[in-house]
Amino acid sequence: MAQAATQDNALLNVGHKKLGMWLFLVSDSLTFASLLIAYSYLRIANDWPRPFEFSPAIIFSSVMTLVLLSSSLTMVLGVAAAHVGDRTRAAKHIFLTALGGIVFVVLHLTEWSHLIEQGVTPFSNPWGAPLFGGTFFLITGLHMTHVVIGIVYLGIIGIGFRRGRFDSEDVEVAGLYWHFVDLVWMFVFPLLYLLSVAPRT
Amino acid sequence: MLKVWVGLLGLTLAEIMLAYVQLAQGLMLTLLMVFSIAKAAMIMAYFMHLKFDKPALSWMLVPPLIACIVVLAVALLPDSLRALELRP
Repeated sequence: MAQAATQDNALLNVGHKKLGMWLFLVSDSLTFASLLIAYSYLRIANDWPRPFEFSPAIIFSSVMTLVLLSSSLTMVLGVAAAHVGDRTRAAKHIFLTALGGIVFVVLHLTEWSHLIEQGVTPFSNPWGAPLFGGTFFLITGLHMTHVVIGIVYLGIIGIGFRRGRFDSEDVEVAGLYWHFVDLVWMFVFPLLYLLSVAPRT
Repeated sequence: MLKVWVGLLGLTLAEIMLAYVQLAQGLMLTLLMVFSIAKAAMIMAYFMHLKFDKPALSWMLVPPLIACIVVLAVALLPDSLRALELRP
């Protein structure tokens, strides 16, 4: 892997960009962990609605999960292509990853609009605990913001790498961010959706 | 890497099945967290390349992160049970 030798951290054998991204991701993990723990606290202490029918709500969010997982796979393929110097193939996979992100956001906004139609907003909830809407939109909204930032980031890296302005380390660092976004969803999906499946009567 | 992706898919489908069969919430939460942590470990080790980097990097990042999350959870979550008792 091409590394600027003078800029490597000697102990960790890692470039400064990669190290910087990792440190940022650890801090961002704590942000999401704090929000999810606060959500868990509220959920334990209150009457919490379980409004998501398996079909369509859980199926919908499951498709979103699969889209994000697949986008992580295309990202891995893109980073691998970048490391061997295949700029065209790498850019193609980076754009596929960004496309996965766009599909995820479109599906997510559709789901949001369904909920808002039913009266769930960040400030109200027709089914009980008023904070259901608040916590749901905050956590999924913060995650979606990260996805949108990732889409823009990947677009810039994809175009720039294909033109030769970025190197494979930059692609790898973008990959770390994208996998982090996927990783957060791995926790948001069970805690917010799967645990809120409507009980069958 | 494809195998990792298939494994992640499998764990995800297992989680969805848990929701479908409607287990008790406490048991489901435990199983979901176990599966999710396994998925997170796979993503970090393979997709984010930690397994193939120097171990010092993993040691620097992962134990402090786990420690912080555990401290948060242990410090805050038991109080929610008290809050539950306080409800009228």
